Amino acid sequence: MTLPGEWEMVVGLEVHTELLTKSKLFCGCENHFGSEPNTNVCPVCLGLPGSLPVLNREAVEFAMRIGLALHCRIAPSTFHRKNYFYPDQSKDYQISQYDLPINSSGYLDLPDGTTVTIERAHMEEDTGKSTHLGGSGRLAGAESSLVDYNRCGVPLVEIVSGPDIRSSAQARAYAAELRGILIATGASDGRLEEGSMRFDANVSVRRPGEPLGTRCEIKNLNSLRSLQRAIDYEALRQIQLIENGAVVRQETRHWDENLAETSTLRVKEDADDYRYFRDPDLVDLAPDQTWQDRVRAALPPMPAERRAAVLALFAAPSSAQRDAVEVVIDLGLDPYVHAVASASGDTTLALSRAANEVAANLKSVANLTVDAFVTIVAMEQRGELSATQAKTVLGAILVDGGDPHEIATALGFEQLSADSLGATVASLIEDHPDEWLRYRDGDDKLAQFFIGQVMKLTRGQANGKAVIGELQARR
Amino acid sequence: MSEAITREEVAKVARLARLRLSGDELDMFTEQLGQILEHARDMNALDLADVAPTAHPFGLTNVVREDVVEESLDRDTVLAMAPDARDQRFAVPRIQGEAP
Ligand SMILES: [Zn+2]
Repeated sequence: MTLPGEWEMVVGLEVHTELLTKSKLFCGCENHFGSEPNTNVCPVCLGLPGSLPVLNREAVEFAMRIGLALHCRIAPSTFHRKNYFYPDQSKDYQISQYDLPINSSGYLDLPDGTTVTIERAHMEEDTGKSTHLGGSGRLAGAESSLVDYNRCGVPLVEIVSGPDIRSSAQARAYAAELRGILIATGASDGRLEEGSMRFDANVSVRRPGEPLGTRCEIKNLNSLRSLQRAIDYEALRQIQLIENGAVVRQETRHWDENLAETSTLRVKEDADDYRYFRDPDLVDLAPDQTWQDRVRAALPPMPAERRAAVLALFAAPSSAQRDAVEVVIDLGLDPYVHAVASASGDTTLALSRAANEVAANLKSVANLTVDAFVTIVAMEQRGELSATQAKTVLGAILVDGGDPHEIATALGFEQLSADSLGATVASLIEDHPDEWLRYRDGDDKLAQFFIGQVMKLTRGQANGKAVIGELQARR
Repeated sequence: MSEAITREEVAKVARLARLRLSGDELDMFTEQLGQILEHARDMNALDLADVAPTAHPFGLTNVVREDVVEESLDRDTVLAMAPDARDQRFAVPRIQGEAP
């Protein structure tokens, strides 16, 4: 979407991601989505008197991995109490990092060549989950609320971008790339629908060259689509306000996906009202160089590097192939494509099969070994399997595992071996001498006639290219 | 009366902490908090340029635990401590506004 007139939007994103630790940030309660309510709670995460928080080492490692993947500086950091009264946490403060975050001053390069700076990526604890009774389940109009503290104390990293984003599409690209990075680090499962990754967007508008406008923070963005739509809506709302002579009020706004609009949630409080102060129960966190180096050495390749590695297999990748590469990177299927490349196989075929047939059966991808994939692509490439047959064999292996050759035989695809295809072509040539003569004399269109006949005889299971190969061999 | 903190500031802090203070209490805490802040002011008068801030009496860093799941509390025990509970959850009165 383009904004009217000269207007430009200025957007910064705050992304919260839950970390894939076994236990919570400061206690040994299980970090698990979907447990029975209030079964993963203890004196620490309920904030009972006399309890003491102790930091989870694995959460620190995940936070460092995220920081390193985002080219951040890892520095000595501290934990503060953010004081506020709200039932989503029972101790009346949230432990967070304030002026000294573990990660700061990083950046994220987007596939389109733009760069978004990362101001900080700090650790904090998640809050509990409320259910509102009465008033159609929303807070407004509810008579009372019920709270489940299972999520309270689950480790989070909040990644704060600079105000560098200039369009909703760029915001979406940033969120998608960041999600890929978080998954690659192993820190997050990136499941937006389960709330393990959540977005807040700070949006303001200005005419180019003007100072930053007053910003509004939009909450409740739990999909890439919502993120993009809400930013567009909010930028247009602010432009209309200003053009009508009104002013934008700094506030927190709520995105309603069904109404497709934002509405005032509350007017922003001063940061001072949280009365941040050092949590006296927690000491400084200062990972030394050895610890940082160890985490860095164990960091797997990030999506940008993996994307480049797959694209490098293609001399001039088409737009469809670029899309397929995105799918393969997003779903972690690139090892299949690389294995085919290493075996000097057909990478175009491999990319297509990985991005389509394998991607469609992601849940059972563990059944498909890299070797089996390489074998199936090779069989299709040699014409031993038609495209349809190759897809069928792939599908069968993705469901139950198994050996490609055995499955092809069991499915009756073996008659299409090179030998039997040759025999079929030879008999067709005998049956259709006129067509054969015209083809032999240079009328290439007749190849289609023979392919059609072969397909009829093999019930569509032959490989067109292989048929042409057989015809040319006899020409 | 000390000048380190005003009565209005004490009233604001009390409000943020959800404490209801009487007029006499406001006076008393303004006086007491003022004395504490006076003490901090005394320290500000010293040249501490070479002294690192001390947030904790022990010089410890990186106190961490391994990521091991330990047993949580029994839910019935937990909910029995709450003023009100329903559907295995803590029941709280009507919430007046959105989360901060
Ligand atoms: Zn706990």
